[in-house]
Amino acid sequence: MSQLLHNIGLSCIVLLELASTLQAADPAVLAAEKQRIEVCEHVAPSVVAIFSPGGAGGGSGVLISKDGYALSNFHVTDGAGKFMKCGLNDGVLYDAVIVGLDPSGDVALIKLFGRDDFPHAKLGNSDACQVGDWTFVMGNPFLLATDFQPTVTYGIISGTHRYQFPAAGNILEYTDCIQVDTSINPGNSGGPLFNAAGELIGINGRGSFEKRGRVNSGAGYAISINQIKLFLDHLKSGRIVDHATLGATVSTGSEGQATIEHILENSEAYYRGLRYDDEIVSFGGRPIGSTNQFKNVLGIYPKGWKLPIVYRRGGETKEIWVRLRSLHRLSELTATLQPKPMQPKPGPRPPGKRPNKEPKEGDPEPPQAKGPHGPPPPPEQLKKFYVEKPGFANYYFNEVQQQRVLKALANWGKFDGAKGTWQITGTIGADRKYETKLGDTVAGLVIPELPGKPAEAYVQKYADLTDIQDEPPGTGGLLTALSHLRLLLLRGPKAFTEFYYLGSEPFDGKGEIVDVLVAGLAGAESHWYFSRETGALLGYDFIRGENQDRCEIRIDSMQDLPSQRKFPKTFRVLHGDQPTVIYHIDQLNLETPAA
Amino acid sequence: MKHRFPVNFFGGIWTLLAAGCLILVPNEFARAQSTQEAIAQVTPRMVKIFGAGGIMRLQGYCSGFLVSPQGHIATVWSHVLDEGEVSVVLDSGRKLKAKVVGAEPRLDLAVLKIEGEDLPYFDLDLSADAAAPGSRILAFSNMFNVASGNEPVTVLHGVIAARTKLEGRRGVFDISFPAPVYIVDAITNNSGSLGGVLTTRDGRLLAMIGKELRNAQSNTWVNYALPISELKEPIQEIIAGKYTPVPTKLADTPETSPRHKPLDFGLVMIPDVVARTPAYVEEVAANSVAAQAGIKTDDLILFVNGELIQSCRHLVEVCDKLEDGTMVDIVLRRDGKLETVKLVVPDKAE
Repeated sequence: MSQLLHNIGLSCIVLLELASTLQAADPAVLAAEKQRIEVCEHVAPSVVAIFSPGGAGGGSGVLISKDGYALSNFHVTDGAGKFMKCGLNDGVLYDAVIVGLDPSGDVALIKLFGRDDFPHAKLGNSDACQVGDWTFVMGNPFLLATDFQPTVTYGIISGTHRYQFPAAGNILEYTDCIQVDTSINPGNSGGPLFNAAGELIGINGRGSFEKRGRVNSGAGYAISINQIKLFLDHLKSGRIVDHATLGATVSTGSEGQATIEHILENSEAYYRGLRYDDEIVSFGGRPIGSTNQFKNVLGIYPKGWKLPIVYRRGGETKEIWVRLRSLHRLSELTATLQPKPMQPKPGPRPPGKRPNKEPKEGDPEPPQAKGPHGPPPPPEQLKKFYVEKPGFANYYFNEVQQQRVLKALANWGKFDGAKGTWQITGTIGADRKYETKLGDTVAGLVIPELPGKPAEAYVQKYADLTDIQDEPPGTGGLLTALSHLRLLLLRGPKAFTEFYYLGSEPFDGKGEIVDVLVAGLAGAESHWYFSRETGALLGYDFIRGENQDRCEIRIDSMQDLPSQRKFPKTFRVLHGDQPTVIYHIDQLNLETPAA
Repeated sequence: MKHRFPVNFFGGIWTLLAAGCLILVPNEFARAQSTQEAIAQVTPRMVKIFGAGGIMRLQGYCSGFLVSPQGHIATVWSHVLDEGEVSVVLDSGRKLKAKVVGAEPRLDLAVLKIEGEDLPYFDLDLSADAAAPGSRILAFSNMFNVASGNEPVTVLHGVIAARTKLEGRRGVFDISFPAPVYIVDAITNNSGSLGGVLTTRDGRLLAMIGKELRNAQSNTWVNYALPISELKEPIQEIIAGKYTPVPTKLADTPETSPRHKPLDFGLVMIPDVVARTPAYVEEVAANSVAAQAGIKTDDLILFVNGELIQSCRHLVEVCDKLEDGTMVDIVLRRDGKLETVKLVVPDKAE
């Protein structure tokens, strides 16, 4: 006993000595440590441990809003299904539902339920981070956190604006990503990369693995938060979203220049004048000196965004604005959602045992297994938050967004009784009179004769629905564009075979952020742009078929009609390289009998 | 009792030293004040090297660093250089042809040359002194070929875990280096990182990252780097064009130190005719340690120190790792029964 007490006494002395040594440590070191601990404590509540409903697998995520939106990886939620369980560090397991998916960008948006004050991370600016900056990775590597307390690893940024090719057998492409030596292991996927201030700068999801097995080998990759910001409204649309291509590829020259290697002749880039062997100077406002840099810009934007390209040919430099085309067909994206074969729970391999199969370069961790008897059914109160529809991760959220955006059109008054032909009269430019008639089966435009200018008349019939013409020629199909406006006001989304909320984009590539609705009918599409700030319809594009230049209608001013309705007063029509034409509307007559 | 000097004494010395550096060293390499500053100083001196390989697990790329303003590049002697001419991509993205101008395979060192002048480079005379375990380091390399064109190479952070000799011998590390190497806690040695550098936290050159190295016994990977202090002289001599490689047969290379074979124990095994010839004893030399331990003809050797012996060839590998004077447990099968014998590894020098 006395021996024991003696030992305890000795230990106390040792401890005291240790304590005095600690006190002697550099105050700057202690302050830095204290700050790290504070940042960890501050952000840990936003870190999500994601489990498939059967509990057979999982990954990580991070909350980004107090109403429960959280980011993760596509390859994490892909294995978990439509409903999942999410643990936070308050020890509570919350229910969650899938919202949107970005299969090629490897991003998923989910929504947690059960609170209206979820702790959430502050989004940082990933373009501001520098090689050498300290970072925190938080998440659930090897699914260790049964109490949902996230594991924290700490390291530096090893590279910025990295490009990682799609791994064999899938379409996951990491563009403009952040490379870290901060430990990222299976189970960390989908979790947050924080900067030293605790701001969210990326979503971890990938590593370079070769010979050492599927564990951290010194190079982990995070999808930059700035890329995700550009996709966030798209993800909130409940869609399976796509990335983009220019319709042209570039190659890197030996002097560090990027030149056009191939270009599709039916691409907008070609229509605007870009050709083989042109040197790309900048793209999306960033200087371009290599193929990777070009792909990095391409990879961070959703399809359909309009970007500036500066190119050089024979010493002359020119700027064009080009809309990006879709990278994949919808069938390719939905193919990624097919059920996966059973995979073992991610975790460390037993030591000393060589893997049968070497992991491929950049291969993400395997999707999680379903439970041995299939996943349990979703909770009853959550079922209404999931609506299945082909092409959508969860159509429920698209309907919510459609209703939000369409409120702006309700302000225009009631049009649903005006089922007859619509007659619009006014002037083109300063004084050229015109008359348009829009009906269910035919639309027409008449421009009467003026001294020195012959009369013009254009007709579009809708008997054969697939044959939408460029009427009047050189407008991109203005007549049918106007017919789409009539249909939208008259019958709403039901008038179209396809109608959905797309997400948001800068208006015409450089303007304010607009919400976008898409209406599809008979192989043609119209995209409707609503101001995020005021909700007002700012204009719309009509696309009469694949690879066709758009008919772009921009509403300059609105008027109050005597019938208590609102309608555009002046709008501009733009099409390709054609000069802009201004239309004034003097009168809208909805009462004429059907043609 | 500490000696105390007036503060201005040191101040005066440093001013003099700093002035000396500024005058004498055109490639001024100020000690960085921050990690970012160190990275900004080191990165332009790194190059990406592309050469032979690209099949199986042999990657056709590695890393290197400029050691002269005229374009001398130090890297690790490896298969990537097999064709004598390689492509080098500078930090600026410029792509140039390079030739191997000298090599010292004993030190895993090769020096390449590109055409150039006024290039940013590491002045080897300004390299860091030996770093003790616990020293913080940065590692620069184009591991996994992540960086292409003018993209900066990968930067890792870590700590020197040990300064020790790598015992190069078959079955443990298939590599040898005649001097102590640095072992680091960061995962620095990956595909393509050979020829990269370790620097101190303030950006001074410390070591060249070595090859990928796996310990066959423990199936663990070792992250090691070769001290510049060992490489400096041969690099400078190669640049000066007066280097002659050290003959490979040196007494101090561990590769040449004798290793044990089954015969050293007095064991003659049956002829090794197929890939997995079972380890049957053909004959036991009289008065040998094997005979004294009671091993007999036709015994099948099943385990040595708990390791399952799969073939005659495997037995040779296992004997190779045994140390002089250590106790060995051997499990045999004789007439359908298992027997355990113990023997002491004889001293190889005798």
